[in-house]
Amino acid sequence: MNILDMNAITMQFGGLTAVKDLNLQLAPGEIVALIGPNGAGKTTVFNMITGVYKPTHGKIVFMDQEITGMRSDLITKVGIARTFQNIRLFKDLSVLDNVLIGNHVHLESGYFEAVLKMPRYRREEKEMRRQSIALLERVGLLEYQNDKASSLPYGMQRRLEIARALATKPKLLLLDEPAAGMNPKETVDLTAFIKQIREEYDLTILLIEHHMDVVMGISQRVSVLDYGVMIASGTPAEVQNDPKVIEAYLGVDESA
Amino acid sequence: MKRRNVILTIIAVFLLVAFLGYAQKNLDMYVVRILNVCAIYAILGLSLNLINGFTGLFSLGHAGFMAVGAYTTALLTMSQTTKAQIFYMTPLIKPLDTLSLPFPVALLMGGIMAAVVAYLIGTPALRLKGDYLAIATLGFGEIIRVVFTNTQSVTNGALGLTGIPAVTNLWWTFGMTALTLIVLISLINSSYGRALKAIREDEIAAESMGINLFKHKVIAFVTGAFFAGIGGGLLGNLLGTIDPKMFNFIFTFNILLIVVLGGMGSLTGSIIAAFIVTIGNEVLRFLDESMDLGFVVFNGKVGLRAVVFSALLMLVVLFYRHGLMGTNEFSWDAVMNKKFWLRPFTRKKPLAKGGTRP
Repeated sequence: MNILDMNAITMQFGGLTAVKDLNLQLAPGEIVALIGPNGAGKTTVFNMITGVYKPTHGKIVFMDQEITGMRSDLITKVGIARTFQNIRLFKDLSVLDNVLIGNHVHLESGYFEAVLKMPRYRREEKEMRRQSIALLERVGLLEYQNDKASSLPYGMQRRLEIARALATKPKLLLLDEPAAGMNPKETVDLTAFIKQIREEYDLTILLIEHHMDVVMGISQRVSVLDYGVMIASGTPAEVQNDPKVIEAYLGVDESA
Repeated sequence: MKRRNVILTIIAVFLLVAFLGYAQKNLDMYVVRILNVCAIYAILGLSLNLINGFTGLFSLGHAGFMAVGAYTTALLTMSQTTKAQIFYMTPLIKPLDTLSLPFPVALLMGGIMAAVVAYLIGTPALRLKGDYLAIATLGFGEIIRVVFTNTQSVTNGALGLTGIPAVTNLWWTFGMTALTLIVLISLINSSYGRALKAIREDEIAAESMGINLFKHKVIAFVTGAFFAGIGGGLLGNLLGTIDPKMFNFIFTFNILLIVVLGGMGSLTGSIIAAFIVTIGNEVLRFLDESMDLGFVVFNGKVGLRAVVFSALLMLVVLFYRHGLMGTNEFSWDAVMNKKFWLRPFTRKKPLAKGGTRP
């Protein structure tokens, strides 16, 4: 049983085919990395899974439910959360508010219940705060809860973005270059952090990454995209030695 | 909440109530009317701030919603005889011609009607973003005005409504301002309010957090319009006369000035700015009249006040973009803190866009 099943997905923008006939399956609990040179179509794959783009052809099934072309917020509701390549926090809001907003998707109280502070809403708000505080404590940002999100250092902003995504209670987490711009120390911490949250929150993780240490360190499988086509897929070791992958990254050796 | 703050709040409310009681009975009609207008502008500023400041929707149709509220409340409170007198061109349609409701009910209906109109307008318009939304709402606001000018049998057209019972007093205007403030504070601090702020900050991220953008934008738009309708209703029953020309774009512009001056995203800022703008409008009245400065006679120009206000808005936007309060709210802790008063002299330069603090 796969948690995510992408079948022959194609995405065309006018004459440009960004992703072509992509098949990608994720088993529950897996960490899979999606790698490839710049412009290979990796973020496009994320955007199709999260409903930002509707695939031109093909079908995406998440936990036995077809989500192809569903609205983004509904996809989040069924259990897919993401982070962004360029951090997209709610900059002027507090760290705690950023996480609380992630909880909003599961709020059952209606608008009037919330404005009039009815008992059910009070209960839910209290529970949301408790969970958000616990989450911030878990990711080590509790002491910054009242600071503006934009005032955090870069590495912590990345963490906060992950915490915010976790607040939506996802089953599948999509991480778009989580280690981008991090120094070696931060990268090592992040790798351990991703492994831990997968255990603790029972997640399946699909990540895009350029740092090979991260990719090789945490992923069980690696899929390689080049010009929108999947050219290799397998364990990190297999992919590393695949001639097609080496060609995509380093070019063809003409003297050979 | 700290005990000191509770005590200070109680004292402030008590003083305000005492002042209103005194003002209503003893102050000159002119002053009372200005105070009423201040409070009404505060309601309008608060409601537009919810849409523009908190949700980040650049809406310019506020005068239209006020018009809907003002006409609804006025038509529902006017007596049967007055209606028969002023609708001499075309009689008023049934059942409005004989209907006369108590003011509170009529006021509520004014708010509800404005909210309904906002829902009808918002459903198509809120699919637009940024400048396009501004243009669309501006257009809708003008359409409401034009419709009101031409539906003789409901609004009495360009003749307007006269003889509206002058029920609005300081208790009503300040009471409704307090109610608006309380409801909006409650909304802003709720999970829905956080979702609205998330939309203002980053729509793409908000949607990926599972926030239904369209639904939440409609919530903000309709709530804002409801209170604009209430403000309009109070205004109509304060002035006693309304006509469609009153609710033109300039009106929206004045409210926008209040929101920007007070700080986009600060409720208490809007209230403070409403008083500054309204009182300023009266104080600067001398600009519209001729003055003898001794060495030269200054010929006042009607509308010179508007020029001053436009220049003020420009200055605020250019040099003081956060307005009086930025996104902060009034708090006793801040007022009691010495640093607050020294702030203008010690203020740090804001971070460059996208900059992060090390």
